[in-house]
Amino acid sequence: MTTRPLFELQHITQVFGGRERFTALQDVQLSLQEGEFVLLVGPSGSGKSTLLRVLTGLLPPTEGQVLYRGTPFRGVNPHTTLVFQTFALFPWLTVQQNVEVAIKARGVPPEQRSARATELLDRVGLDGFESAYPRELSGGMRQKVGFARAMAVEPELLCLDEPFSSLDVLSAEALRQELLELWSSGKIPTKAVLMVTHNIDEAVLLADRIVIMAKEPGRVVAELTVQLPHPRRSKKAAFLTLVDQVYATLAGQTLAAPVAVSAVPGEPGYIRGLPAITIHDLAGLLERLTEVPDHFVELYRLAEKLKMDTTQLLHLTDATTLLGFATVAEGDITLTPLGETFAEASILARKEMFASRLRRLPMFQWLLTLLKSSEKRELQWEVVITALEAEFAPEEAERQLATLVTWGRYAELLTYDDRTGVIALEAKEA
Amino acid sequence: MRRLSDKLLTPQLPLRPFTWGDLVVGLLVTVVVYLGVRFAIDAPTVVKGPDISLSLTALPWYALLSIGRMAAAYVLSLLFTLLYGYAAAHYRRAEPILIPLLDVLQSVPILSFLPVVLLSFSAILPQAVAAELASVLLIFTSQVWNLTFSWYQSLRTSPTDLREASSIFRFNAWLRFRNLELPFAAVGLLWNSMMSWAGGWFFLMAAEIFTVGDRDFRLPGLGAYLKEAATQGNVPAIGWGLGTLVLVIVTLDQIVWRPLIAWADRFKLEMVESRVPPTSWFYDVLRSSAIVEWLRTAFLRPRLERLDVWFLRHYPTSTDRSRSGIPVWGWVMVVATATIGLAYGTYRAMDLLATVPLSQWQAIAVGAMATLGRVLLALVIAFSWTVPLGVAIGMNPRLAAWLQPVVQVAASVPATALFPVILLLLLHLPWGINLAAVLLMLMGTQWYLLFNTIAGVSAIPQDLKDTAALLQLSPSERWRTLILPALVPSLITGAITASGGAWNASIIAEYVEFGGKTITTTGIGALITQATAGGDYPLLLAATLVMIFTVVTINRLVWRRLYRLAEERYRME
Repeated sequence: MTTRPLFELQHITQVFGGRERFTALQDVQLSLQEGEFVLLVGPSGSGKSTLLRVLTGLLPPTEGQVLYRGTPFRGVNPHTTLVFQTFALFPWLTVQQNVEVAIKARGVPPEQRSARATELLDRVGLDGFESAYPRELSGGMRQKVGFARAMAVEPELLCLDEPFSSLDVLSAEALRQELLELWSSGKIPTKAVLMVTHNIDEAVLLADRIVIMAKEPGRVVAELTVQLPHPRRSKKAAFLTLVDQVYATLAGQTLAAPVAVSAVPGEPGYIRGLPAITIHDLAGLLERLTEVPDHFVELYRLAEKLKMDTTQLLHLTDATTLLGFATVAEGDITLTPLGETFAEASILARKEMFASRLRRLPMFQWLLTLLKSSEKRELQWEVVITALEAEFAPEEAERQLATLVTWGRYAELLTYDDRTGVIALEAKEA
Repeated sequence: MRRLSDKLLTPQLPLRPFTWGDLVVGLLVTVVVYLGVRFAIDAPTVVKGPDISLSLTALPWYALLSIGRMAAAYVLSLLFTLLYGYAAAHYRRAEPILIPLLDVLQSVPILSFLPVVLLSFSAILPQAVAAELASVLLIFTSQVWNLTFSWYQSLRTSPTDLREASSIFRFNAWLRFRNLELPFAAVGLLWNSMMSWAGGWFFLMAAEIFTVGDRDFRLPGLGAYLKEAATQGNVPAIGWGLGTLVLVIVTLDQIVWRPLIAWADRFKLEMVESRVPPTSWFYDVLRSSAIVEWLRTAFLRPRLERLDVWFLRHYPTSTDRSRSGIPVWGWVMVVATATIGLAYGTYRAMDLLATVPLSQWQAIAVGAMATLGRVLLALVIAFSWTVPLGVAIGMNPRLAAWLQPVVQVAASVPATALFPVILLLLLHLPWGINLAAVLLMLMGTQWYLLFNTIAGVSAIPQDLKDTAALLQLSPSERWRTLILPALVPSLITGAITASGGAWNASIIAEYVEFGGKTITTTGIGALITQATAGGDYPLLLAATLVMIFTVVTINRLVWRRLYRLAEERYRME
């Protein structure tokens, strides 16, 4: 194996937006060797998809450079291609035309083009469907067209952006195996694969190397080499250990900042945003935890049981620890006595407990102070957003305030009128 | 009933406040109108057009001529649309001028274009050719704007994943146009084409027979036939002309638009099969035809293929996207030239405007208010019958089944063609011309409201309707809590289009020649028509500018604001 990487990202920073800037990637370093199958995991907003787009050249990076075989490359790189989560097939072209148009763009004459497309469709098991339109196909078959189209341009690096996440479980399973077979058979000229996923099982199942990313700002926080032999079985102990390890790293990352020492907007220091979750899910999680022995469970098991995707679950555990209802360590979550009481309390008692915990959060204290210092004990939504945008990207600011208001309403500390856009203190608070 | 696509119902313009772009555009339009007027003043002598025959044998020939003119104008509209929309969507620097310019242009009354196009042509071309070209251009101005907006909107809203796929698979500009941009825009363009043709028929009479000062232009055609029949008060001829027009419109609908809509169903973005795909008997005929199939596979396909190869060879995909189309100094030159031209033009236009006496300015102001009153009245009347009927059709499939064909035929007859008949009935009444004017505006605009109402009602989610039924809401509660709130956005969209149409119709509605007499009423439309006919160019310039200003201001300050409010509060999600 050569020491010179096939692709290399050097100090990549990607900033979006004009005045209100949002850092999607900060100083990212990553190299891909020939023969590697690399998976990117991380919560939403950690810049995984952005990273793919910088690597393929769809997005010119704000700073840093992309090296292809050691030399800097700008623009869309003809040696890469991308498989989309949404398939990105042209709905008005037939299956055959969808594959052919990719070959046509490279200037291949018609006869060769059509033969090649037919052969590729044959290989992914779509012979007989050449003249069908994408809307006539199931999700799994559409993604097969996506694969065939990607193979058609014979990329050296195949990028996949959550290719299985909009498929049903069975199709995803089948397609995953087919991808692995294509890759390990050596029949395709592809030299490396880079894939984004939300599904940690999937990462451990496929990867030679797992790259873990964190958000705010998006960055690479850890890399993990997977040396399990194929075919991997998801029930084996070694497999589960690895899954556990990834969860631990991810959860550790989202909890890395000290819980108590969060600054408030407008002051220096780390701003701890609130995870966007619903009270209903929070209560559901706590109730589930009271049902297990010792009120403790491994996170990945919980993901399976609750049938939640990883990001959602991490948000939820984040919220429970933030409020002091549970603790997370080493990929396990344990209910605190407070959490136990909450889970067993009546609706009113829950609200009171929640309110008292909520008052301790720096973000919420900040909002209360802001409201109290205003003349009528009320503020326009937009005013608070403006204040929050000092710290968060516009979309995130909206999400933060929505969470603050939802929680505050549940705790009966705030009222909000959607018509007027006014956030106000509850009478007893004012 | 034409099922309105979603695209039609979206507002035709992004909501934006007044910008510096609007200012530049305002000046630009002033200068252009001024230039036309300038030409008009200098143009020579008396011109007389051919006589329009009212005999029946002339009708088929006239109909063909009119269709030809409409088609030529439509082809021109499409070309303009593709280029203009493409420039507006792809050149960041041009966009802040091009889009407000479009907004202003679509509120210029068609007759105000007349001196500009006609007299600039007749200055350089033989009179017959000039008149023919002017007519085509006038029809063009009544067809083009909504098409351009639709295309621009599509270019701006094409799905990100498909755009990324086009880049990653290295499509050049041509492949992108052919495989992404045009197919994605197709459905919207098609519906808007149908609206454009309707607009063209509406103004056909104004575009085929017109007087400018002492110069009288007549072009043989269906519109001229109808107008001549009205001028002579020849009722049987009016009837024959009207019948021919309806026949032409229905035929075109059956053999052009229906097949196209059935064919264009494939360009829908939805990944599910339509429950009731549009059908067309003629499309089925074409599809089963061996000749058509041969044309498609042996003629069309190889030619498209060759075109692809040619474009790929001559315009290969550039790998580096940092290329910058036009160099900076080029832009500087363009801007500098434009600025100097604008400044000079504005100065001359002001000069001309200064000759308009105060009394005329007063007349313009009074006229604008009178026309505004008529537009509002027409809107109120239109609302009061289209909303109940539209809701009834949208809620009740059985009623829709027999009402839809009726409405479709009624909507397809251009109101201007019916106008002489209306005049015949109304002119004897007191306030007759006023009634007739409101009625014409009404007929030209009520269909937008009806179609939008039906579309809005059909978009109410079934679960909400079921809930309303389960709760056993009384009819009045149902209207208040479900139907009206759900309708607000589409009603406002309809009202924007309708009021724009009503303003444009005022130039025809407020000044009529009928049975050898000229009948007018107070209004800005009457002033514009009068100024054109009488060759009073300073007045024409002044009245046109006031009308543009009024329409654009009302759109920006009232309708768009209402729309935004409605969208925030009543959006169905």
